[in-house]
Amino acid sequence: MTAETILEIENIELTYKGSIQALRGLSLKVPKGQIVALLGSNGAGKSSTLKAVSNLLSLENGELTAGRIRFNGKDTAGLSPHALVRSGLFHVMEGRRIFEDLTVEENLVAATYALTGRGGAPADFEQVYDYFPRLKERRHNRAGYLSGGEQQMLAIGRALVARPSLILLDEPSLGLSPLLVEEIFTIIAHINRETGVSMLLVEQNAAVALAISQFGYIMENGRIQLDGPTERLMADDDVREFYLGQSGGAENRSFRDIKHYKRRKRWLS
Amino acid sequence: MSGDLLFFIEISLAGLGSGALLALTALAFVLIYKATRVVNLAVSEVLMLGGYLFFAFAAGLGLSAWVALPLSILGGGLLGGIVERGVIRPMLGENPISVFMVTVGLGSILVGMAELIWGAEPKSLPAFISTTPLFLGEAYVSRKIAVAFVVAGVTISVFLALFRFWRGGVALRATATDQAAAYSCGINVPGVFSVAWIVGCATAAGAGVLLGAIGGISTTMGVFGLSALVVVIVGGLDSILGALIGGLALGLIQSWASTYLGGEYTSVVTFGLLIVAMMIRPYGLFGTHEIERL
Repeated sequence: MTAETILEIENIELTYKGSIQALRGLSLKVPKGQIVALLGSNGAGKSSTLKAVSNLLSLENGELTAGRIRFNGKDTAGLSPHALVRSGLFHVMEGRRIFEDLTVEENLVAATYALTGRGGAPADFEQVYDYFPRLKERRHNRAGYLSGGEQQMLAIGRALVARPSLILLDEPSLGLSPLLVEEIFTIIAHINRETGVSMLLVEQNAAVALAISQFGYIMENGRIQLDGPTERLMADDDVREFYLGQSGGAENRSFRDIKHYKRRKRWLS
Repeated sequence: MSGDLLFFIEISLAGLGSGALLALTALAFVLIYKATRVVNLAVSEVLMLGGYLFFAFAAGLGLSAWVALPLSILGGGLLGGIVERGVIRPMLGENPISVFMVTVGLGSILVGMAELIWGAEPKSLPAFISTTPLFLGEAYVSRKIAVAFVVAGVTISVFLALFRFWRGGVALRATATDQAAAYSCGINVPGVFSVAWIVGCATAAGAGVLLGAIGGISTTMGVFGLSALVVVIVGGLDSILGALIGGLALGLIQSWASTYLGGEYTSVVTFGLLIVAMMIRPYGLFGTHEIERL
């Protein structure tokens, strides 16, 4: 199993500014070539987990106080964020974070720095434009004037340019219409299937995330509460009710049932 | 051609010459600001130091001007690199005003050091540009000013081209827009900071040598940097084109003001212009203002 694991997080604990604890002993694994969904509500620590992996935490005064993260079998502690990107781990940050003052194509050019020191073929923008034809039409426009959906496409396009072996995707559905969400998730699934890149997908929209992933983790308050293959999670009554919004027959549930759910979660952790 | 018109053309040409130097100094401010969002007031003193380094190499060690000039520029760059690595980088993320004040203090230290080493009285640099005047048609131009104009113009054009067409220009602009996102694209952000400070301070030192060749050097010549700061604020702190156009325009205006109104009006006009320009376009004439998505 370890040979096929591209990312392994072991019992990490994370604190912001030395006092606010965001993760309390979180562990998860991403097998090579798969999409793993990391679900949970606001403030559960999903984005913090991704930042811990990409080492972008230090920019926000965050610090790992315990645990280990291994990418491709190597410990990532002490690696600078750009070195990690160059070794094949690309983080598509929450809120898209495209370079608004640069043109679409210049945004892709910026991502070619990820290929530094790797040799190999030159950056392939055509691949990006094949997945996202709309970006090609607008490649000389300033990225700041793109629509929200196009900006998300550009953010994913930058990741494609970098030819990573693992992409961390932080809420690609944020602020997009349901139709666009579906379009973008379809393309994400295509990219995974056609390029074989592994993905760790953070989402609040559990339904779309589980639809394209093979394995899922559900986290709350800085730890994993539930995990399993996607089919099992989707069949789980609690997940159906609390994350997929399907009440499974019984129309009006009382608060006692929620308490029961919480009790069960405590037992699980 | 009437004498009045000829005179007007001559002072305009002189104005363009000093304007080109203003633009070159402004470029140093812009480079450093663009990458690190630090208004480095010490650029003025690095300019002064550039003049003194040239003096030390050319007059003190007796080196040829063509060796002393690159050495002075390198010296400025080295200073920029040391300051960035030693003082500015540890302060990243601190209040911008604190970082700004650090550069102010740094400027004072540089002035003090120059006075300790070379004394406070003004000096003139060994001549390395011929003094034979140049005539454009009938109009007289000092050759030094013409040389300064050409050098500054070429340097700025090279930078403009690099920013547009070189990948490093994209890296710098990406870093300026969003540091975390630049990191996530594999850009070596601390490296970009270092390069910007080294190149910025080297440019300032080069401008200092040219300025010293025209007007001599003194420890207070950093005041020239204040005019260049006006240029960047009016032209837009993050715009190289703004530095070029703003520098030439301010050079012309200062030259006209000191000739037709009297030397004491130069500062009044310069800073009056600053106030008016800021009231009309707070982000500078050529600076970027945030894109507002509706």
